[in-house]
Amino acid sequence: MIELSPFLKQLISLPGLSAYEDPVRQVIAEAWLPLVDELSISKLGSLHGLRKNRRNKKIEGEKKETSPRILLSAHMDAIGMMVTAVENGFIRVTSIGGLDPRVLAFQPVTVHGRRDLPGILAMPPDRLLPPEQGGKPVKKEHWLVDVGLPPSEVQELVRPGDLVSMATQPIDLSGETLAGHSLDNRASVAALTLALQELQYVSQAWDVWAVASSQEETCLGGAYTSPFDIRPDIAVAIDVTFAKGPGVNDYRGYGLGKGCALGWGPNIHPAIYKTLKETAVDLDMPYQIEIMPRHSGTDAYAMQVVAEGIPTAVVSIPLRYMHTPVEVVSLKDIARTGRLLAEFIARLEPDYVQKIVWEDK
Amino acid sequence: MMSVSPGTPTVNIGLLERLTNAIAVSGDEREVRSIVLEEVQSIAEDMRIDALGNVLVTRRAKTSPFLKVMVAAHMDEVGFMIVDEDEGGLYRFAVVGGMDSRLLPGKAVLVGKDHLPGVIGARPIHLSESSDLERAIPVDSLRIDLGTGGAGKAQPGDRAGFATRFQQSGPSLIAKALDNRLGVAALIELVKNPLDHIELQAAFTVQEEIGLRGAGVAAYAMNPDRAIVIDSTPAFDLPVWDAAENYQYNTRLGAGPAIYTADAGTLSDPRLVSHLIETAEAEGIPYQLRQPGGGGTDAGAIHRQRAGIPTVSLSVPGRYAHTPILLARVSDWQNTLALVYHALRRLHPSLLTAERS
Repeated sequence: MIELSPFLKQLISLPGLSAYEDPVRQVIAEAWLPLVDELSISKLGSLHGLRKNRRNKKIEGEKKETSPRILLSAHMDAIGMMVTAVENGFIRVTSIGGLDPRVLAFQPVTVHGRRDLPGILAMPPDRLLPPEQGGKPVKKEHWLVDVGLPPSEVQELVRPGDLVSMATQPIDLSGETLAGHSLDNRASVAALTLALQELQYVSQAWDVWAVASSQEETCLGGAYTSPFDIRPDIAVAIDVTFAKGPGVNDYRGYGLGKGCALGWGPNIHPAIYKTLKETAVDLDMPYQIEIMPRHSGTDAYAMQVVAEGIPTAVVSIPLRYMHTPVEVVSLKDIARTGRLLAEFIARLEPDYVQKIVWEDK
Repeated sequence: MMSVSPGTPTVNIGLLERLTNAIAVSGDEREVRSIVLEEVQSIAEDMRIDALGNVLVTRRAKTSPFLKVMVAAHMDEVGFMIVDEDEGGLYRFAVVGGMDSRLLPGKAVLVGKDHLPGVIGARPIHLSESSDLERAIPVDSLRIDLGTGGAGKAQPGDRAGFATRFQQSGPSLIAKALDNRLGVAALIELVKNPLDHIELQAAFTVQEEIGLRGAGVAAYAMNPDRAIVIDSTPAFDLPVWDAAENYQYNTRLGAGPAIYTADAGTLSDPRLVSHLIETAEAEGIPYQLRQPGGGGTDAGAIHRQRAGIPTVSLSVPGRYAHTPILLARVSDWQNTLALVYHALRRLHPSLLTAERS
């Protein structure tokens, strides 16, 4: 039995930068192992878990009946940094994913050298920077990671290409909210895991492919390739979205703790959106509608155009301070997301795909 | 750990860990004060807490004549005060002490006496224009977020400090508030290791970060012959952006205690500067001269008290002062303690009548 809070804290305490997801993938695989029938790893590093449908039990010797497939994708990779140079005991870095120079000064980090080294992401004082830098957020090329070791030791232990991940500890806040780095998108991995757990009590008609995808933060690498492998009939991306709070007060922000957000826009197939909404209503579960006028900013953007095209939807968990080391999510929203996905799957009839037609007249 | 000559007190890392994890924003030094009291009250001949909250401790001399030497270390740290509550567990705050606003977003803090966890977030990069990334986020747009259940849990007036936990990595210490818990911890060891010919007047001071306010009244009350201030000063010994030689390092990590000749508030007493240097050389203790210039310590208030009190400062060099996460070397800290201890041991009343030059 997976307990949400400790499981999620474990997930965000593990490194797993884009294309280097192995540490977190191992723990997700352990959690999924008893919940799925098959586990595999894709060529680009996504974790695929298959829970076969529970209605068409294959009879020995009979021709295999193909069941419709749903793919649920939650990216597991995290943003971070990579070493570019070691300079007199200090480490220079570049970013992996979208890092904001305004929010990273003097953060604890871990340098994954020949062994893991605790470090500080330091911004040099203005006196050591070019004059035009004065008073402004320090540009990435000037950041230094300090591991507090003598230069000779750093030279031995660290080299270009080594990864640097955030090391802020998970923080329990009031109102069943949790703060930490990498909640984008480990919160969704946790929601997907809860959904798999709920499916243990469901005899679903569809094959369920749970995917912890790789490389979302850099190139949507997992999202383009896993659906090609799996060829689902429909696909749902689970990701985080912006929650209202300091810095976000307009239509792009959704209530924190007010339920998951169902995406609406060009990346979304209207029929799946509608079914998700009806499911939330039937569950008497609060939900919000996330307006995505263009790129959804999620795996759905890629999945929709894989092969001959896939009907896709997005379910999002509101999160404050995205891509800072202190992202905040509501545990209730994560639990609701897991429950909604499980119920959505439980309701899928074998002919659902045939029934989702464009409402053109 | 480096070898130390017999009799030299040694630093206590466990004590430092407790001191740095405690929160003592200027004006509310209670948490650090209670650790100081716990450590020294059973051994001090005289100890009191004054009107501002300074802890003033006396270890009496056992021989005569003796010198009255004040050794001061400030207990307070930079932090925040809650000034207003918005809806939904969000709080406005003011910065207490000198802090660069660029380092505030993305930090974990602890609020109030019960250390309620909170975070200082920021607008996501996804919703920011590229020109926004070139500007620091103004402090008045930031909030401390206690979570959706945080409404009413903090009040205006509550203090908040950074939530960073102490850790040790090889030769280095990584923690918040090493400025100046390194000094406080060293001073506690001096109280525990008295010298017969010195009346040690240990002042654990308050409100240094907002204007050296505790040290002034402590010096008045103690009325010492001489004063030594132990603090932590920035080491800017980082690479320069264009790979030029760094001539503005202030101090260097690993080079030993930094002796002050001049800062923005004090010209150190030259006899005491010489005494520290001679002591270091005689005892084989590494030392460095802090680059004269800005900054300051409690010495700024002490040396102008009463009819004047000859004073010198020395600091443990520390990187990233006044941020949530500082880094210092155990060896520099130990050598600072050793240098003050041996400087006191070698002090002779004749120093009082020596010429200034």
